[in-house]
Amino acid sequence: MAKITLSNLRHSYLPNPSGPADYALKEIDLDWRDGGAYALLGPSGCGKSTLLNIISGLLVPSEGRILFDDRDVTDLPPDQRNIAQVFQFPVIYDTMTVRDNLAFPLRNRGVAEARIAERVAEIATMLEVEEMLDTRASHLSPDNKQKISMGRGLVRDDVNVVMFDEPLTVIDPHLKWKLRSKLKELHQRVRATMIYVTHDQTEALTFADQVVVMQEGEVVQIGTPVELFERPQHTFVGHFIGSPGMNILPVEERDGGAFLHGHPVTLEGQVTGQGGRTELGVRPEFVSLSDQGLEARVRKVSDVGRHAVVEAMLGDTSVKAVVEGDVPEQGAQVHLAFRPDHTRLYRDGWLSTENEGSART
Amino acid sequence: MKTENQKAWFFVLPVLFLVAFNALVPIMTVVNYSVQETFGNNVFFWQGLDWFEQILRSDRFQAALGRQFLFTFLILIIEVPLGIIIALSMPKKGMWVPVCLVLMALPMLIPWNVVGAMWNIFTLPKIGLMGYFLNDVLGINYDMTQNPFAAWVTIIVMDVWHWTSLVVLLSYAGLVSIPDAYYQAAKIDGASPWKVFRYIQLPKMKTVLTIAILLRFMDSFNIYTEPFVLTGGGPGNSTTLLSIDLVKIALGQFDLGPAAAMSLIYFAITLLVSWLFYTLMTKDDAQ
Repeated sequence: MAKITLSNLRHSYLPNPSGPADYALKEIDLDWRDGGAYALLGPSGCGKSTLLNIISGLLVPSEGRILFDDRDVTDLPPDQRNIAQVFQFPVIYDTMTVRDNLAFPLRNRGVAEARIAERVAEIATMLEVEEMLDTRASHLSPDNKQKISMGRGLVRDDVNVVMFDEPLTVIDPHLKWKLRSKLKELHQRVRATMIYVTHDQTEALTFADQVVVMQEGEVVQIGTPVELFERPQHTFVGHFIGSPGMNILPVEERDGGAFLHGHPVTLEGQVTGQGGRTELGVRPEFVSLSDQGLEARVRKVSDVGRHAVVEAMLGDTSVKAVVEGDVPEQGAQVHLAFRPDHTRLYRDGWLSTENEGSART
Repeated sequence: MKTENQKAWFFVLPVLFLVAFNALVPIMTVVNYSVQETFGNNVFFWQGLDWFEQILRSDRFQAALGRQFLFTFLILIIEVPLGIIIALSMPKKGMWVPVCLVLMALPMLIPWNVVGAMWNIFTLPKIGLMGYFLNDVLGINYDMTQNPFAAWVTIIVMDVWHWTSLVVLLSYAGLVSIPDAYYQAAKIDGASPWKVFRYIQLPKMKTVLTIAILLRFMDSFNIYTEPFVLTGGGPGNSTTLLSIDLVKIALGQFDLGPAAAMSLIYFAITLLVSWLFYTLMTKDDAQ
């Protein structure tokens, strides 16, 4: 197990990248704590799989270094990095039994047979696949196949990091939840560093202690699930995480304050910086319908179970609010109030207000 | 109670007609000849299983059958591994892929009698490029009209040249269908190139390889045109394979009865070996 450091990492699939647009990964500096459970979250094509393949050694970065416990491994091939990777589609060796599949990485490294038997038994118990050990791996269901490919990663006790590349893509919905909790449990037992790549926020937020959100080859925020929800550093994070995502409303900035359709809006704190495109960010959970505030007309009400999402038109911009209890009719006139400690200003996408003490949750 | 839809029979009917006319009727005609003796004028005499017995006991048939098995065995043992090796070393992507594929397909596009004629000229001493090179440059005594060994080498090299591509193309199709993740996982698991071949590539190629071997077995077991054009079965009877012998009996000597009996035995052997082979190759999938 090891701490992983990525320093000044850049990668381009083109031989001679000229501008930032040619880079699949733009300047990544990251530290992954030993034994941490991380998620790499972002939409398809944001560079998360590229980053994963660079850590595993399947790809050599155009620039920058990768350190495992301060040892430079940038030029080492995957088998010498002591890493494990679970792929989107379960990779199993069809002609072998489950037992031989699990033993394969150890046999290739010349581990003694007695030790192999011990480790395989241990992992099989952990994954609850003992009774399948002697069946041919090709006869397993997709979720069991995926369990076996996880097992092949976990069977080596010297593994530095286990990486998961959207491992639940081919799994039936009702089994996804089961495998996800299994993973979480495994992490608590083996305490290996784990990196979980996904574009599904639920998967990322339930698995990880720390979530790394990426967009267009850049890391936009690293934080706990709570931090990402409560205080997104970038409008992308606000929008991408949460259901529905954060309201991003164009505002006018004047005299250190924000004005939405001419009405002043109270922000969480002091505005920093100046110029650029300014937007107001407030999560639907912190928008309430009240007697006073900004006037808006209800366009749509959707009942999503525990609560309702009210979409109201404030002039020509739509604002969503999460409402519990009574909901207004479609077309009704309402007043919107934003909770000040959760109302922020974003400048060119990035957070541009200071948090004032007690407001932090 | 289960009700069955009898209308389904109507849909099978056209196929039944087709199969009847291109397989059942010709085969039954052959069966008809195989149990009778005729002297022309459509006069037949019942012969029973005499022809079968005569064929099976004849040294001539046994020798031809032996040569046939030897030929098929030799070309399979050369073409299958060679085809796999070539497929493994072909590029997986890039501009060279279409070039390689076309080069590989070329020999198979040439008609069989042309292949025979080409190799006939190619190997002629004094005139043919290969014949001249072997005899006059390297000083090896090579003349397939005189030497049975030279004749055998030539028909085998010719078949390898003509048909290895089939194994290559089918194996290649199996290889490119393997997702990258398998190779990446194998790298991470620390698998050696041999283990990658043994546990990833070979299992994934298995289905197409079964088809390739079956096709090559049936084609080579029934081969006629190329060796007929090349050696005509000689020198002596040394390259007289089953089909060549069969044509000699049927059309050369016009012994229709024995020829028909021989055809049926020939057919039964091909069918039996193909079935045995297919059962063995697919056995462990069905457990």
